[in-house]
Amino acid sequence: MNTISKRAQSAGWIAAIFLAVAPAGAQPVKKITVKGSDTMVLVAQRWAETYMQSHPEVQIQVTGGGSGTGIAALINGTCDIANSSRPIKVSEKQKAGQFGSAVKEYKVAQDALSVVVNTKNPVGVLTMQQLGAIFTGEVNNWKEVGGRDAPIVRYSREANSGTYVFFKEHVLLDADYAADAQTLAGTAAVAEAVANDANAIGYGGVAYFATRPACKILKVKHDPNAPAVSPLMPDGKSINYEAVYDGSYAIARYLYCYTPGKQKPGVKEYLQWIVGPEGQQIAKQLDYIPIKP
Amino acid sequence: MPATANGVTVDFRALIAQQSVRRRRWQELREGLIERFLLLNGVLAVVLIALIFVFLFKEGVQALESIPLHRLIGSEVRSFLSGTMEFRMIWQPVSTDPKYSIVPLVVGSLMIAIPGTLIATIFGIGIGIYLSEVASERVREVAKPVIELLAGIPTVVLGFFCLAVLATVLQQIYDTTYRLNALLGGLGVSLVIIPVIASLTEDALRMVPDDIRAASYALGANRWETIWRALLPAAISGVSGSVILGIGRALGETMIVLMAAGNAALVTANIFSPVRTMTATIAAELGAVDHGSPHYYALFLVGSLLFTITFFVNLTAEVVINRARRKLKL
Repeated sequence: MNTISKRAQSAGWIAAIFLAVAPAGAQPVKKITVKGSDTMVLVAQRWAETYMQSHPEVQIQVTGGGSGTGIAALINGTCDIANSSRPIKVSEKQKAGQFGSAVKEYKVAQDALSVVVNTKNPVGVLTMQQLGAIFTGEVNNWKEVGGRDAPIVRYSREANSGTYVFFKEHVLLDADYAADAQTLAGTAAVAEAVANDANAIGYGGVAYFATRPACKILKVKHDPNAPAVSPLMPDGKSINYEAVYDGSYAIARYLYCYTPGKQKPGVKEYLQWIVGPEGQQIAKQLDYIPIKP
Repeated sequence: MPATANGVTVDFRALIAQQSVRRRRWQELREGLIERFLLLNGVLAVVLIALIFVFLFKEGVQALESIPLHRLIGSEVRSFLSGTMEFRMIWQPVSTDPKYSIVPLVVGSLMIAIPGTLIATIFGIGIGIYLSEVASERVREVAKPVIELLAGIPTVVLGFFCLAVLATVLQQIYDTTYRLNALLGGLGVSLVIIPVIASLTEDALRMVPDDIRAASYALGANRWETIWRALLPAAISGVSGSVILGIGRALGETMIVLMAAGNAALVTANIFSPVRTMTATIAAELGAVDHGSPHYYALFLVGSLLFTITFFVNLTAEVVINRARRKLKL
């Protein structure tokens, strides 16, 4: 963001404060507490910042902690919106239902992950089962998935990463990663490691690998009979939004916001703004995938 | 002697005496203040360390409330292939069934510290002997500051060097499966410890009285025999103290191992496999952990353990080095 727009922003802020304080001093401040998914924390904070600029009467506080933490807080009534990178479980829904009306669900964005290997690796396609087997440590040689006779070197992320958890839940089906999976800080480090290691496999956001030489983004199959789909367009750079929208790319998911059935004032308008064009544009800027228009 | 001018008698001596009393009083006051200020600093340092100690242990002990002791060693895990339950030592704090075995982290720290200190001992003592006994005055004047400069390089720079350069070289030489491994981490850490050991070894050798050198030469020993048979044994306490200090430094090193050791929590004796140290685990995980969760307290427990180990290692080094000083001054 350039300094001029920043300055304009801060000017807007000051103006907003004056507008809020001077004529409508009695107007109540609407406080919204948002908690949950670490994967979403980036976009959730940007949403809150931008929204508060145009709606000075609203105060939004965003914290991470994980999808489970967010939903637990929703059940306990300590947050107004729970961010979650997975759908709410039936048991959680029931718990939340004990305290009144049913939980409301909003799909606010989508997210795709890519799996990468070194360009020297002949393997170009893997099924979801093969990916799970590789990262849980059941498969240890590239030969077993159609590659050369070479050991598989697994690169993973630190456990606090949302990507780590998503991959674990979605690809490993909640099994533990193999103990010898090397954990690196940041997807950039994964890209660096995979680029230097002919037998490596890693995962992370598409944007980190698309332009990186010596990294090859794998096509992924839902099952052995399904078509192999890449998260990238044929140009190898831009995200293949269509493959995510029609579900043919397997490692993509919705990102959710959950609220209690009885919403706090301001919450409904905020969520409508998020799923609207302005909120979705912000998601796209941050390399999330906007919900299907 | 009182002097008289224009009928006024001035007792210069008394005046000077009076002034010097005033000055002395001021000096005493100032010195007292400085002394107290320094004492305060010393006490503050000790109190701060004690408080850190207390804080660390207070948080660490709470891990035992949420995690049973045996789970800190290992837990029963269902095997993927056979489906049977087996006892495994795994550090996997983010999981539907979190596993908090500290064993792989302790093993990881040792897998870095032992090779790192061994490499650094060989090179460090060699450099120390060279500087003290072999090098000419002119060479020493250049070489010593250069080696001490090595100690001043930020560890993140050394870590980056390991990651970008040394890793590739090492993989080409040994044809290893894992690019990042314990040996690479150990090598990186040794770069930090070599100056410590070299400089302390040199000090220890220089503290050996010249009589011993002279006596050795007088008995017909050559330079090598003098160093090996007479000087090193005389300086052994100081030299071993420096090595122990090096172990402490190796155990505490964080940035280099975080970048170069691969960070897979394995219980292994294979020097070419990735390892995860206690320090790297704390650095990587504490930033985003839930305050008050079992994982949070487990990390503090790891920290307390690390603190205790390095405390005793450093204490041993201090005792050994002090003993050497006293012995050689006799």
